[in-house]
Amino acid sequence: MADTILEMRDITKTFPGVKALSNVNLDVRKGEIHAVVGENGAGKSTLMKVLSGVYPFGDYSGEIFYEGQECRFTGIHDSEKRGIVIIHQELALVPLLSIAENIFLGNEQTRFGVIDWNLARRRAAALLKKVGLNEDPDTLITNIGTGKQQLVEIAKALSKEVKLLILDEPTASLSEKDSQHLLDLLLEFKRQGMTAILISHKLNEVKKVADRVTVIRDGQTIETMDKADLTEDRIITSMVGRTMEDRYPTRTPNVGETIFEVKDWSVYHPLHPDRQIIKGINLHVKKGEVVGIAGLMGAGRTEFAMSVFGRTYGANITGEVFLHGKKADTSTVGKAVAHGLAYATEDRKVYGLNLIDHIKHNVTVANLPGVSSGSGIIDDLRELKVANEYRKKTNIRSSSVYQITGNLSGGNQQKVVLSKWLFANPDVLILDEPTRGIDVGAKYEIYTIINKLAEEGKGIVVISSEMPELLGICDRIYVLNEGRIVGEMAGHEASQEKIMRAIVRGEEKAAS
Amino acid sequence: MSTETAAPTANAAKASTQAAIKENFRQYGLVVALIVIMLFFQYMTNGILFLPVNLTNLVLQNSYIVVMALGMLLVIVAGHIDLSVGSVAGFIGAVAAVLMVDYGFNPLVAGIVCIAVGGVIGGAQGYFIAYMKIPSFIVTLSGMLVFKGLLLWLLGGRSVGPFPTEFQMLSAGFIPDFIGPLVLVAPKLNDAGNPMPNTGLVLHSTTMVIAVLIVAAMLYFALKSRRDRESHGYDAEPFSLFVIKNLVLAGIILFLMYKFASYRGLPNVLIVMGILIVIFVFVTKRMTFGRRIFAMGGNIKAAALSGIRTERLTFYVFVIMGMLAALAGLIYAARLNQATPKAGAGMELDVIAAVFVGGASAMGGVGEVAGAVIGAFIMGVMNNGMGIMGINIDWQQVIKGLVLLGAVAFDLYNKKKA
Repeated sequence: MADTILEMRDITKTFPGVKALSNVNLDVRKGEIHAVVGENGAGKSTLMKVLSGVYPFGDYSGEIFYEGQECRFTGIHDSEKRGIVIIHQELALVPLLSIAENIFLGNEQTRFGVIDWNLARRRAAALLKKVGLNEDPDTLITNIGTGKQQLVEIAKALSKEVKLLILDEPTASLSEKDSQHLLDLLLEFKRQGMTAILISHKLNEVKKVADRVTVIRDGQTIETMDKADLTEDRIITSMVGRTMEDRYPTRTPNVGETIFEVKDWSVYHPLHPDRQIIKGINLHVKKGEVVGIAGLMGAGRTEFAMSVFGRTYGANITGEVFLHGKKADTSTVGKAVAHGLAYATEDRKVYGLNLIDHIKHNVTVANLPGVSSGSGIIDDLRELKVANEYRKKTNIRSSSVYQITGNLSGGNQQKVVLSKWLFANPDVLILDEPTRGIDVGAKYEIYTIINKLAEEGKGIVVISSEMPELLGICDRIYVLNEGRIVGEMAGHEASQEKIMRAIVRGEEKAAS
Repeated sequence: MSTETAAPTANAAKASTQAAIKENFRQYGLVVALIVIMLFFQYMTNGILFLPVNLTNLVLQNSYIVVMALGMLLVIVAGHIDLSVGSVAGFIGAVAAVLMVDYGFNPLVAGIVCIAVGGVIGGAQGYFIAYMKIPSFIVTLSGMLVFKGLLLWLLGGRSVGPFPTEFQMLSAGFIPDFIGPLVLVAPKLNDAGNPMPNTGLVLHSTTMVIAVLIVAAMLYFALKSRRDRESHGYDAEPFSLFVIKNLVLAGIILFLMYKFASYRGLPNVLIVMGILIVIFVFVTKRMTFGRRIFAMGGNIKAAALSGIRTERLTFYVFVIMGMLAALAGLIYAARLNQATPKAGAGMELDVIAAVFVGGASAMGGVGEVAGAVIGAFIMGVMNNGMGIMGINIDWQQVIKGLVLLGAVAFDLYNKKKA
C-alpha cells in the first residue's frame, strides 16, 4: 500500500444516455510510468477528467485516494494544488503570448501583486533547460513547432511542482524525433521520482516507457499488466476484445494503367514568397494502386496534396496535373473534384467536418448536385438514402444519420470524412493521415475501405507518418523530404530502415 | 443473431422519436413562447391585443423587421453580421421619395430601382467582406455611418412626402375582396344609412378562401412528405405527434386569418412577407444554396475544401441582405407616407435581436427562418402590448433587452443539457 500514490475505485460516470465509465479501477504506484490504453471512446480521457476534477466530485460515483487520502476535487485548481497536472491532447497554450507568459499563466510570478518579469524569465529559462528546450522565454508560442509547444506544456506542468503528471496522447502530432525526445524526458523525470500516467495509442511507445499498463475497453477496466508480461499482441487483444491476427487486411493488387500524374510540381510558401516548399515533384498513381507518401513532419506532404487539390495551399504554383492521361485544371476545389480528384484532410475537425451538423449533411456537402435536381433543389429522400448507404458502407457507428458529427469518436468522424469523398465519386483519392488518432479496430476498418476502393479501380494516395501503416497497405511508396522526392520503392521491398535511409541521404544531399 | 439485429432497430426507432421531439422542441417552443406572450398581453390589455384591428396593426408595424430578419438570418448563419441594414433601409426610403416625389417616377419603376440599389449596396459591402476579408462587423459599421450620412445629405434635413397612392398601398393597402363580403351579422346602420363601426360581423371572403387554401396546401404537403418517407422505409415522427402538430398549426392559421377577415382582409404587405417567408424557408431547407450557407457557417475551412466557393457565397448573402433592406425601407417609407431623416435609426438592432431570439447562433451555422420570423413577432408583440398598456418607452427598452438575454441564455442552457 505504501508505494501506491493513486487509487481510483469503482469510478462510474454517466452522460445523458451513455455510461462512459462503469466501475473502473486504477492504481498507480509512486514513481512509475503507468500507461492507460484503450480504443477511442473507451473512456480514458473521461477517467482522467474525473481524476483532475474537470468533472467535479458528485458528478461521478466512486472514490479517489491520492497519497493515502480520499480526494474530492471540485475543479482543476484543487487537483493542481495537490500536484496532479494534466496535459491535454489539444494543447492549451495562448499562441500570441510568449513562452514565459504561457508557463506562468494563472500562476504569475508576482511581487506585491505586480508581475516580476525578470523572475518569470529566469524561472522559465531554468524550466526550459530542464525539458531540453533551447528557446528564448520571450519567443511567442506561435513561432515554435508543435513538438516544442508540447515541451512548453511540460515546463508549465513542472512549474506547478507536479507530482503526478498525466499526458493525454502527447505524441499524437509529433514527429518521430520529437516523440523520442519527449519519451526520453519522461524516463528522466521518472528517475527523479515523478509519477506519470501516459495515455497513448502508440503501442511501441507504451512498451518502451511504461512500467505497467492498464487497458480500458467500453468504459471498463480489462486488465493491468506488468512490464514483464507486456507484448503488443496482448495489449491489442485486450483493447479490442479479440485477437487481431493481422493489423492490415490482405489484398491482391490489381494494378492498371496510370490514372493520375503530377509533373514538375513546385509550390512556394503563401506568406514567405521566397521559401520554396515543394521543389519539382513528379509522381504517378495507377488504377487500383495504393501509393504511400512517407516523410517526416514538415516534409511538405500535406502542402503538396493541398496545392494539387484546388490550390488550397501555397502561392506561385507551377507544374502539371494529368488525370486519365489528359492534362487537368485543378486550380479550384470545384474543378479538381469535377476531374475526379478528392482529398481527405489530416485534420478532420478543422478542415474535414462541420462539427455542429449531423452526419447526413456532412456526407453530401461535397456533392450536393448528386442529391438534387438541376436547379439546385435538394431531394431530401435521396439524400437520406445516400447518407444511410454510406453509413452502412463505411460502418459509421451512430444512433442514426442525424447524429451530430461533433459527438462521434475520432474513428467514426474519419469514416464520415471518407464517406463524404466517396460520395463525390472520385477516381483518385488522396488520404492525408487517414488513421491519425484513431484506435486499432477503426484503423482496420479504414484499411478495409481503402482496399475495397483500390479493388474498384480507384487510385489511392495515402500520406502517413506511421511507417508500419504505409508498409502494411501500400503497393508503392514515395519518400518525401524537404519538398523533394528522395526515394521511391515497391511496397514489398520497403522497410522502415530503407525509408529512413532515403530521408537521411536526402538531407545530406540538401546540405551539400 | 436475430436478437442482436433486432435490438438496435428498436433503439433506433426510439432514438428517432426522441430526435423528432428534440428537433421540434426548439421551433415549437418558440411558437409556444409567442402564444404565451400574446395571451399574457391579451389579459393585461383587457382583450385589445387580439382585436382584428390590432392584429392587423401588429403585422404592419413589424413587416419591415420581418423582411430584414430573413436576410439577417442568412447573414448570421453564414457567420457574419450586418449593422448597416437600418441605415440602408432609411437611405433607400429617401431615394424612393426623391425619385417619386421630386422626379415623378412611376412607383413600380422607382421600387425596382430602389431594390437594385439595395443589391448594389449589399454587394459592395459583401465584396469587402468576402474578397478583402475585412470582418463584417467593421465593414457594415462603416456602412451604417455612410448611409446614415447619405440619408441626411439626400433629404437635406427635410421630410419628403407624400407618396403616390399606389405606393402607399404597399403598406396601407389590403387585398381586394374578389368574392364580396360575407355578412354573418349585419352591422347596425346609422341615421345616414351607413354601417356603424364595431357592429355586426362581416367577413372578407377572399381572405377566408385563401386561409382555407393555405391550410389545405400545408396539410397536403405535410402528408405527402410523410408518405414519401414511409414508402421509402424511413420512420417518420410518431403519427400522434404529427397530427397534433399540424392540427394546432392549422388552427392557429385559421384563427389569425379569421381575425384579419373580420377587419379589412389580408394586408398587402402580409402577402409580400408570406411569399418571402415561404421562399426563404424553401431556400434554407431544400436548396443547395441554403445548405451551403449552413455548411460555411458551421466550418468555413471544411466547406472550402468541400468545393464550396465561400467567397462568392458570402458575397451573394450580402447582396440578398441589401435587397431586403431596400424592400424594408420601401415598406417603412410607404407606411409613414414620407421619407424622414430619422428613418431606420436603430432598426438593425431589432432585426438582429429577432434573429437571435429565434435561436440562431452567434457563431454561425445554426438558425431557422421560422425562428427568426417568430423572434421578430415576439419582440413586436412586446412592443405592441407594452405600448397599449402605457408602459414608458424607457422600461420597454429594459424589458426587451432582458428578454433577448433571457431567450439566448435559455437556449444555451438547453443545449448544454442535451
